[in-house]
Amino acid sequence: MPATEKELAETIRRISGVDTRKCMKCGKCSGTCPAFGEMDIHPHKFVSMVEKGEIDELMQSKSLWTCLSCFACVERCPRNVEPARLIEAVRLAVIRRQGENYLKADQIPELLDEKLPQQAITSAFRKYSK
Amino acid sequence: MSSLHKIGVFVCWCGSNIAATVDVAAVAEAMRAEPNVVYATDYQYMCSEGGQSRIREAIKEYGLTGVVICSCSPRMHEATFRKAAQSAGLNPYMVEIANIREHCSWIHKDRMDATAKAIVLARTALAKLNLNQPLTAGESNVVKRALVIGGGIAGIQSALDIAEAGYEVDIVEKTPTIGGRMAQLDKTFPTLDCAACILTPKMVDAAQNEKITLYTYSEMESVSGFVGNFTAKIRKKARHVNEDLCTGCGLCQEKCPSRKAKNEFNMGLNTRTAIYIPFAQAIPNVPVIDTEQCIHFKTGKCGLCQMNCSAKAIDFEQQDEIIERQYGAIVVATGFRPISLERFDEFGYSQNPDVVTSLEFERIMNAAGPTKGQLVRPSDGKHPHCIVFVQCVGSRDTSGCGKPYCSKICCMYTAKHAMLVREKYPDVEVHVFYIDVRTPGKNFDEFYRRAVEQYDVDYIKGMVGKVSSHGDKLQVQGSDLIADKQIIIDADMVVLAAAIEPDPEVRKIATMLTASIDTNNFLTEAHPKLRPVESPTAGVFLSGVCQGPKDIPETVAQASAAAAKVIGLLAKDKLKRNPCVAHSDEMLCNGCSACEKVCPYGAISYMDKEFRVPGPKRTEIRRIAVVNEAVCQGCGACTVTCPSGAMDLKGFSTKQIMAEVDAICR
Amino acid sequence: MSIEETKKEYKPLIVAFCCNWCSYAGADLAGTSRLSYPADVKIIRVPCSCRVNPLFILRAFQRGADGVIIAGCHPGDCHYTSGNYYARRRMTLLFSMLDYLGIERARTRVEWISAAEGVKFSTTMNEFAKTIHELGENKKLEDLRCKELLK
Repeated sequence: MPATEKELAETIRRISGVDTRKCMKCGKCSGTCPAFGEMDIHPHKFVSMVEKGEIDELMQSKSLWTCLSCFACVERCPRNVEPARLIEAVRLAVIRRQGENYLKADQIPELLDEKLPQQAITSAFRKYSK
Repeated sequence: MSSLHKIGVFVCWCGSNIAATVDVAAVAEAMRAEPNVVYATDYQYMCSEGGQSRIREAIKEYGLTGVVICSCSPRMHEATFRKAAQSAGLNPYMVEIANIREHCSWIHKDRMDATAKAIVLARTALAKLNLNQPLTAGESNVVKRALVIGGGIAGIQSALDIAEAGYEVDIVEKTPTIGGRMAQLDKTFPTLDCAACILTPKMVDAAQNEKITLYTYSEMESVSGFVGNFTAKIRKKARHVNEDLCTGCGLCQEKCPSRKAKNEFNMGLNTRTAIYIPFAQAIPNVPVIDTEQCIHFKTGKCGLCQMNCSAKAIDFEQQDEIIERQYGAIVVATGFRPISLERFDEFGYSQNPDVVTSLEFERIMNAAGPTKGQLVRPSDGKHPHCIVFVQCVGSRDTSGCGKPYCSKICCMYTAKHAMLVREKYPDVEVHVFYIDVRTPGKNFDEFYRRAVEQYDVDYIKGMVGKVSSHGDKLQVQGSDLIADKQIIIDADMVVLAAAIEPDPEVRKIATMLTASIDTNNFLTEAHPKLRPVESPTAGVFLSGVCQGPKDIPETVAQASAAAAKVIGLLAKDKLKRNPCVAHSDEMLCNGCSACEKVCPYGAISYMDKEFRVPGPKRTEIRRIAVVNEAVCQGCGACTVTCPSGAMDLKGFSTKQIMAEVDAICR
Repeated sequence: MSIEETKKEYKPLIVAFCCNWCSYAGADLAGTSRLSYPADVKIIRVPCSCRVNPLFILRAFQRGADGVIIAGCHPGDCHYTSGNYYARRRMTLLFSMLDYLGIERARTRVEWISAAEGVKFSTTMNEFAKTIHELGENKKLEDLRCKELLK
């Protein structure tokens, strides 16, 4: 039986080690995020959606794959909530559900862009192949 | 020893409150059979005059050495019965109460159960009483003089109120002038009256009040003693200007060629001379020489100020002076400072001069400030067209970079700044990033709404993530959570509402006073609700932000409250002490210091004492603990921690409590 | 009638140490509010929960007490600022040691009861008395010699 949204939310909290209740909803994560424009669900909403257990919608979200894993939100969060870790955990939940990597490692070179900074490549490897 | 006791037992009916469920006659009967009990009776109302006179008569008639009263809670009538016993010549601490009303008759329905329990409780009280010792409350004198540490608005207000009641007060202020943070402010919320206009008259009052002595440019060296009898040493640092001779003409300041020192009063926004008066209305209006900047102190040359001083007040040879004085009470009013923002790189505070803190902005807006009140950018002196305010910078921050608490005043002063800017310069666009706007206080929310509704200040629910330089603009990237958007504003200035923290000096002072301090360096109050202006250390009182973030009205209110407490203390000629305090058996004490560590009041100290010992040495010197009875509050933490069993608590001794346990388990 | 006779139907013996400022006042409030709890609970007043020496508890068990409860001010509310923290630390240690020695953990308890919590006082005492009643008599540490001597 697939896990309910509530159970999933708990799993995500456990994988990420993030206590979403610590969030004071200041929005600094969204204020600092360099990939904000590419996202449909923004970092601050991510936290509140996990808190409320709205996981299915998150798992469909484009944001999972546009987050750069730059950890600016983690670095600047005044309350140590670490939204990027949550995103990482949801990503992992999606990958686990489909039973294989989101991307095959050999597909990645085709997707590479000359203009992409080094860090983005590293984070792509880190992100897409778990 | 117990066989010497002659004890009387009095069982109260409390009308039917006790008598309805407890067989009072049976209790008296049972107690009569107990050893040492020579008299036992019951009566309708022991607390009434009739009841009390029965106690008095029985003490005289039977020569009672102790009294057990089975009645209501000791919290109710212990004092009444002690007084009655005392008036019949019995030591008031030879009275024990068995609580057979609140703890028995009122909660049990079965008469047999209740009676049995009442007997046990009476026996327990008797068992304790058998081991009671007569206690006498000691007395100590009160020195009728108060010390106020800190000369900001809190310290000034406390001092003025204490002086008003007729007591001498000394203010110790570490900077060259009194006035504190409030002197730096431009306008004050929510009425917008100018800070200097309301503060400087108070400063003058404090200076002219003959009961108040100001020690400016002075620091606390040490404090010893206890409530009513503190001894403080104050280091009056060398000003190198004779206060008695100086006329405050300011010529020395004009002539001084060393002009590179950062002006602390203006938050480093401009420079000052080496010999300086912090600001025009400073009190005392006497300059001070900054020896690190002064050319004479660095090279031995110059001396222009001395040459030009017609009053001959400049004294390069002046030395620090130590003043030792006795005080009855101490008020701590050490105030606050904004936190350092070096750990908040994202706002670019250290890199960009146009990113300023609110206190710096306060100086920029102040007519007596570095820009004469003209709103200009510190970098190029140009008029800004767009200002972004960021609230909660370092407040409510549990990441370790800032402070976990709300600084309380930022919402209001940011609204004030935004409003003042819009009023003076309607062409300036003003944005405020907020997480929550917190405006509890009289006319506070109305004030904030005025900023929004009347002055068109743009409040954005969200937080700034990054401030970066783009040409001569500051690019502010932040979130707007209501619109769920990330926004970028090209601003000319960014004002950061930095969290406030207690002045770091307070740690040193708290240690001197053995006043407790919390993890954020705020001083702890004796009770968070009911004793908010007292420190747990008797005789030490708290005034202003050193206890927690506060705005001016609250600070003044607390300062006056602290003063009222001080006056109440100084009005007494003698202090009666609680006789139920710890004492150490010097024959058992091994001087291990365990008790000193757990004492929350610093009441325990150590001394070397010579003891007779058998053998050829005849005497030996041992280190033993000594309890200062005036400081001890009688909690008993030390008694349990003492490994040698030397420490005990009078009135609640280990033997007494053991006897109570035994009596209950009999 | 002596107490020993009534002890035939098992009546546990419970010693409660209450700090003067919070829990003793809480017990008073329970009384004023007529909130009943078993007569098996007998209260000893101490200035602060930190005055309770672990030895008092051992003594109580030795003398035949079936349960011991210590009640103090809530953390942060101690009249003496930090006494209840000491009590908490000492009792945590003592209770785990007693547990190890075979005195059930449920026979000992620390509770924070404020002067306003008359209801909490009575429910706590009811619960505790019930637990002790279920556990039955304390035989482990009871020192019969003490009993004999006293009789």
